[in-house]
Amino acid sequence: MSTTNAVELRNVVKRFGDIAAVDHVSLEIRDGEFFSLLGPSGCGKTTTLRMIAGFEYPSSGSIVIHGREMATIPPHRRPVNTVFQSYALFPHLTVAQNVAFGLEMQRRPKDEIAARVREALEQVRLSGFADRRPRQLSGGQQQRVALARALINQPEVLLLDEPLGALDQKLRKELQIELKSLQRRVGITFVFVTHDQEEALTMSDRIAVMSQGKVLQIGSPTEIYERPTCRFVADFIGETNFIAGKVIENGANAATIETPDGLRLRGLTPRPVRVGEPAVLSIRPEKALLLAPGDARAGHAFAIPARVELVSYIGSDTRITVRLNDQRTFDVWEQNTLSTLDRDAYWQPGEPAVLVCPPDNALVLTE
Amino acid sequence: MTLNALERERQRRERRTLAALLTPGLLWLILFFALPLVIILVYSFMTNGPRGNIVWQFTLGNYVDLFTRSIYFNAYLRSIWISVLTTVICLVLGYPLALFIVRQPPRWRTVLLFLVLIPFWTNFLVRIYAWQIILANNGLINSALRSLGLPPLTLLNTEGATLLGLVYGELPFMVLPIYAALDRFDFTLMEAAADLGASKRRAFWRVMLPMTMPGVAAGSVLVFIPTIGQFVVSELLGGAKVDYLGNLIQRLFLRSNPPNWPLGSAMAMAMMLVLLALILIYFRTTTEEDR
Amino acid sequence: MIEATSTATQPRRAARPALEQGRLTWGGLVLMACAVLIYLFLYLPIAILVLFSFTRDQFGVRWTGFTLDWYTRLFANERLMGATVNTLYVALVSTIVATVLGTLLAMALERYRFRGRNSVDTLIYLPIVIPEIVMAVALLAFSALAFDLIRLLTGETLRRSLTTVIIGHIAFSVSFVVVVVRTSLKNFDRRLEEAAADLGANSWNIFWRVTFPLILPGIIGGALLAFTLSLDDFIISLFLSGPGTSLLPVEVYNKVRRAVTPEINAISTLMLALSITLVVLSQSVQRRQ
Repeated sequence: MSTTNAVELRNVVKRFGDIAAVDHVSLEIRDGEFFSLLGPSGCGKTTTLRMIAGFEYPSSGSIVIHGREMATIPPHRRPVNTVFQSYALFPHLTVAQNVAFGLEMQRRPKDEIAARVREALEQVRLSGFADRRPRQLSGGQQQRVALARALINQPEVLLLDEPLGALDQKLRKELQIELKSLQRRVGITFVFVTHDQEEALTMSDRIAVMSQGKVLQIGSPTEIYERPTCRFVADFIGETNFIAGKVIENGANAATIETPDGLRLRGLTPRPVRVGEPAVLSIRPEKALLLAPGDARAGHAFAIPARVELVSYIGSDTRITVRLNDQRTFDVWEQNTLSTLDRDAYWQPGEPAVLVCPPDNALVLTE
Repeated sequence: MTLNALERERQRRERRTLAALLTPGLLWLILFFALPLVIILVYSFMTNGPRGNIVWQFTLGNYVDLFTRSIYFNAYLRSIWISVLTTVICLVLGYPLALFIVRQPPRWRTVLLFLVLIPFWTNFLVRIYAWQIILANNGLINSALRSLGLPPLTLLNTEGATLLGLVYGELPFMVLPIYAALDRFDFTLMEAAADLGASKRRAFWRVMLPMTMPGVAAGSVLVFIPTIGQFVVSELLGGAKVDYLGNLIQRLFLRSNPPNWPLGSAMAMAMMLVLLALILIYFRTTTEEDR
Repeated sequence: MIEATSTATQPRRAARPALEQGRLTWGGLVLMACAVLIYLFLYLPIAILVLFSFTRDQFGVRWTGFTLDWYTRLFANERLMGATVNTLYVALVSTIVATVLGTLLAMALERYRFRGRNSVDTLIYLPIVIPEIVMAVALLAFSALAFDLIRLLTGETLRRSLTTVIIGHIAFSVSFVVVVVRTSLKNFDRRLEEAAADLGANSWNIFWRVTFPLILPGIIGGALLAFTLSLDDFIISLFLSGPGTSLLPVEVYNKVRRAVTPEINAISTLMLALSITLVVLSQSVQRRQ
């Protein structure tokens, strides 16, 4: 049994009636790691978190926290604490009483509780608010109370269920940074549930992408973004273009597909593919090249004739939608530079162009 | 412990808790509410003995009497009629009042609603008695008339007085549900209707009234039910000149010598019949989410 | 109804344009006139009743000067005082039992899914929608039958008493308690219980430290409603109280049937004051929620 893992899930299944909300999930979350469960709503990420917390018992499988089997232990005897979505602060208790709750349950001496509550409130910069009621605080302050209430118990793992979901955009960004640096400071393992990919990419050491009760990929933010192993992950994280076809040749790390209209495109294969298998070529809009028909590089092996349809300037870059011969659309993002500032000399709708998908920046993925 | 054993244990514990929560209250209601109703249902098919005792012999005679003897049947119809009348008058008075309250600024709204609530919590007898003082032959209105040199009027001990008392007593039951419905109503819809060319009158009939119908239905049921069983108001304000179902039931159970419980039970069942019809209509006209 | 009043205080609905500006229209004026008349209709009788409890006039129907005689006479009337004590006793006992039973039922209905839940639901709501007189005669018939049965089996002779009244009052006020407590359980966020468990509370601590304090206003509201209903109840009290036991509403009824005297005005005023106190109390408790 490994002791370096804070949390281990082995083949965990949770059924509600006939539906498997969590379907044979196995995870190893390392000690001191900021780990995110990312996925669209209903993908099973919250149920997974609730099973680690103990609010739900798995239908089968095992949950191990620091080497101890937890699947059948009730929540109040687990060494984890939770920061709830919209916080679940006790409305009838003051901020200080909320924070003290966990220590009171452990029957700590009164003066120890008082001292530790004071310290915890200082840490989240809420010292002056000890006697307020939760509803008298702003959303951001409530969030910090929830954090203090959980952390004061010095849990082995802190579980966070979309803790920033109820806040506005600007505050969210601030708290993302604050939360991340707090995690570094206290060194506690964080398991963070979110449906916001940007949030997950910014904060996490590693991310597990979930869909329909299954874990599709586990990896660092870079791996998840640059080397998605399946179509769903490529689509869910960031933006991408897909061109569908059939694998006609495969090498060690790369493969070629052929589209129904005879185009041949090549890309890297994060997971091996078989010849004859249907697959997609996935290429991020910022990694495709759009060239004028007369450009020297337009003779590239993987060039596709296209026509510019829409050009939108969005500040940092310009987003160009082109239409391919078979009527599919394709997005290309070009970074704005001084030379592209002259809009008259830039791409115009209706203009012919050549699209190039460099094989070392494209991926061949199966479902 | 394995997960399966855990799940079984959890279910067992849950069933035990549920049983502990349900049993006392349910037992009380079955023993002291459902069972008594079954007893009078059975009584209504039994024969009354010469000394007012129950003779355990099946008969439909009580129901036949109720629906064929005019003193009983008229009382039945009269009860239904005055309940309908009371409900309609309460609706006509209660809807504008609820609308008025809902259109006030929030602080006033609370106060005005509270003022409707106070009579609702005040003893019914006390409120009915207050009308005796006003309507009596030497009461307030007639004193005023006399001092103006006008002939006195007979106000107390009339059917009009009964109706007045009933409306007075039940009005809050109508106002509160309608208020609740209007409170949920989005008044910008009235502007949308006006924008689409509806006059205020048409906007009321086509938009506001249909959307607040659940409140109207709930209020009507709440007013109708106590009215159909009443016997105090017609006795204290109506002077017991004509009988309503409630008066007959009270007399047959408590005052007549000998009492006639089987006939009284049949009347109580007949009353329930009207309510059953009413509740069926209520469930037909409102949907699950309305209620 | 309780729900209706509590929503009244929530400041929501951004959109209520034009109406909030208090523009006076003919329609608005007519509506206001209607409302004023209806409030007069509601309160004039009560005002007159209170006023005439202080009149010297022995019929209590005209103003002939101020006196507190009727109140002193009231307190000297042993029969009335006895009836008051009985009424309070009945109300207190039935409220305590109904509140406990009702709260337990509300928890069961709101927290658990089980077979027959809808039937239980219906059984609980029936006492609210059935005319009181039907309940009263049913309980009367039931008690007579039960007494006969007891005499047959044990030879003991029982009579209708305060106990039968209490049993009847509980049978209908349980339902009202269930309705009020269920509302506050519905508004209760169950994640607070998970949060407590997460922070190390066992089920005993979860209930007494989190659930109970948060639904307490609802329970108190239900109890006050049950208390008022019992105090004011006349019909079941009339049918179920025995010949020797007198209850205040029944006494008032008997007096009113006979003659109009200022003494009744005085009792009524006191009962009115009690009712208003209870409403104010229950409203402020529910507002705190």
